[in-house]
Amino acid sequence: MTTATARISRPGHHAAKPSRDAKSRERALAWARRAPLLPALVFLILVTQLPFVVTLIISFMNWNSLSPDKTAFAGLENYATVLTDPDLRLAIFTTILLTVSVVLISLLIGLGLALLLDKKFIGRGLVRTLLIAPFLVVPVAAALIWKHALLNPTYGLINGILTWVWSLFGSAAAPQLDLLSQAPMMAVILSLVWQWTPFMMLILLAGLQSRPMDTVEAAQMDGATPWAIFRHLTLPHLRQYLELGGLLGAIYIVQNFDAVFTLTAGGLGTANLPYAIYQTFYFANEYGLASAAGVVVVIGTIIVATFALRTVFSLFKKEAAR
Amino acid sequence: MSTLTPAAPQSTPPGPTALNTGRTPRRGKSRMDPTRNNTAAGIAAWLLALLFAVPVLWMILTSFHSETDAATNPPSIAANLTLDAYREFFGETSGVSPWPSLINSATASILSTVLVLLLAFPAAYALSIRPVKKWTDVMFFFLSTKMMPVVAAILPLYLFARTVGALDNIWFLILMYTSMNLPIAVWMMRSFLAEVPEEMLEAAQIDGANLLLILRKVIAPVAMPGIAATALICFIFSWNELLLARVLTGVVAGTAPVFLTGFVSGQGLFLAQVCAAAVVISLPVLFAGFAAQDKLVQGLSLGAVK
Repeated sequence: MTTATARISRPGHHAAKPSRDAKSRERALAWARRAPLLPALVFLILVTQLPFVVTLIISFMNWNSLSPDKTAFAGLENYATVLTDPDLRLAIFTTILLTVSVVLISLLIGLGLALLLDKKFIGRGLVRTLLIAPFLVVPVAAALIWKHALLNPTYGLINGILTWVWSLFGSAAAPQLDLLSQAPMMAVILSLVWQWTPFMMLILLAGLQSRPMDTVEAAQMDGATPWAIFRHLTLPHLRQYLELGGLLGAIYIVQNFDAVFTLTAGGLGTANLPYAIYQTFYFANEYGLASAAGVVVVIGTIIVATFALRTVFSLFKKEAAR
Repeated sequence: MSTLTPAAPQSTPPGPTALNTGRTPRRGKSRMDPTRNNTAAGIAAWLLALLFAVPVLWMILTSFHSETDAATNPPSIAANLTLDAYREFFGETSGVSPWPSLINSATASILSTVLVLLLAFPAAYALSIRPVKKWTDVMFFFLSTKMMPVVAAILPLYLFARTVGALDNIWFLILMYTSMNLPIAVWMMRSFLAEVPEEMLEAAQIDGANLLLILRKVIAPVAMPGIAATALICFIFSWNELLLARVLTGVVAGTAPVFLTGFVSGQGLFLAQVCAAAVVISLPVLFAGFAAQDKLVQGLSLGAVK
């Protein structure tokens, strides 16, 4: 799945001399240059590309490991099932909803935080450290904390705080939330937004700090309002960073397994495609179907990844040009 | 979300700006009226940071509470502190120790990181210091493999491991983690190696320094912090991984995240224990993450952002 269309050659390609001797020497030199690259390249092709080819093949097969005698070529049957089976269709929808909402919300909050952290104030370093902390809790552990310590309807912190605040006003009838069973999707989104906002903030903050200050100063001198500066100078500069954060975030969150597995075990309509695929092959033993669903995820990812690569590439070109 | 508003209250009407333009324009100070605006921004930032940190702080606090104090509504913040939850997590009454899984996690994370560095460093060298032709194409090939979801390859890997008897074998997991982190490491390391000034390399070559000497005296001093950060980030990703570990390991080679998912099932009061477990398993990541803080963005953005 090479989507790369990039081509920048470093200056200084030697024009090939026509002499045969020089030619073979040049070829040897080229191989000497390539040699350090080969172990990594070969290893990656073996471990990632080859299995995907196998997945592709299995996806056209009718293969349930519980009834191996029925294994046969199935054509596009598995793909038809993926797109028509209500559970898998729901999983596709869930994956899109989960990815889009987590990416957008964490980008927005991350942008707000980055704008705040771009200013000087007391304890800025400590604030930055505190804000990174959610990203540095092991995802499974974070999901467990959200499930049991924060969102649990009887003794979770959120309901505990509600009870406490209401009791301050002398009321014993505090409203109590039960997101895990009443809005499980929101619970998953909430915990993922909490984990991914620091990532967005870090990328956007780096973007803000690379912004050329002289134009901002000039605009300030000319009496531009902060909003106008933000709208016409900061935001256009940040566009690339917003795209980068959004697309990298999307690539990671499309693949999310930990939060769905731990928080809701895929119940109540929260099973995304990775979870559904895990279920399909690990418990239902439907190898062909799971593979077809896997291929669908890859197609979806390629679409996103093409944009992601373009963004990474334009930032990369800028850096390489320096 | 209302988080965007704190940026707006900056609406310093033309007051100080107009004053400044009246005089000879002064350069340097980027923001007018620094005290007022920044106090507001500072307070907002502090409040939001605390809000984001509450789950982490609550996790740590609860891990030091007794089970009965942990499960109250409203929360008992000032309850007595105790190490009971940690003792329980380490198997005082159940006899089930998390140590094997923690050791498995450490083995898998450290060894895969070493392998990643061994493979990625020469590759990054061939992509930056003595670049091959079409090196950008190679870079983007590496990146595109990272974008393929694990679920799309996991079934063949599982079947392969089952066939050759590598299920529940830590070495197979190590190879998987190596491939998972290799593209990121190549990208990161290339961006760090690219920072080695070309003139220094040329000068060393003209002086007849051999490769080892150049690596030690010219490349290492510039690239070492970046390589260390690369290692830390690869360590974190391997330590955190659940799906591959869940599918490919079991009783013997199970890692800490796998242990954690199995540990919660069907106990009575266990909230403090869950928090203690979460603290213990997150500690290495917290340390590694804060150690790599300065290079974290560059790593996570694959070197695209500095």
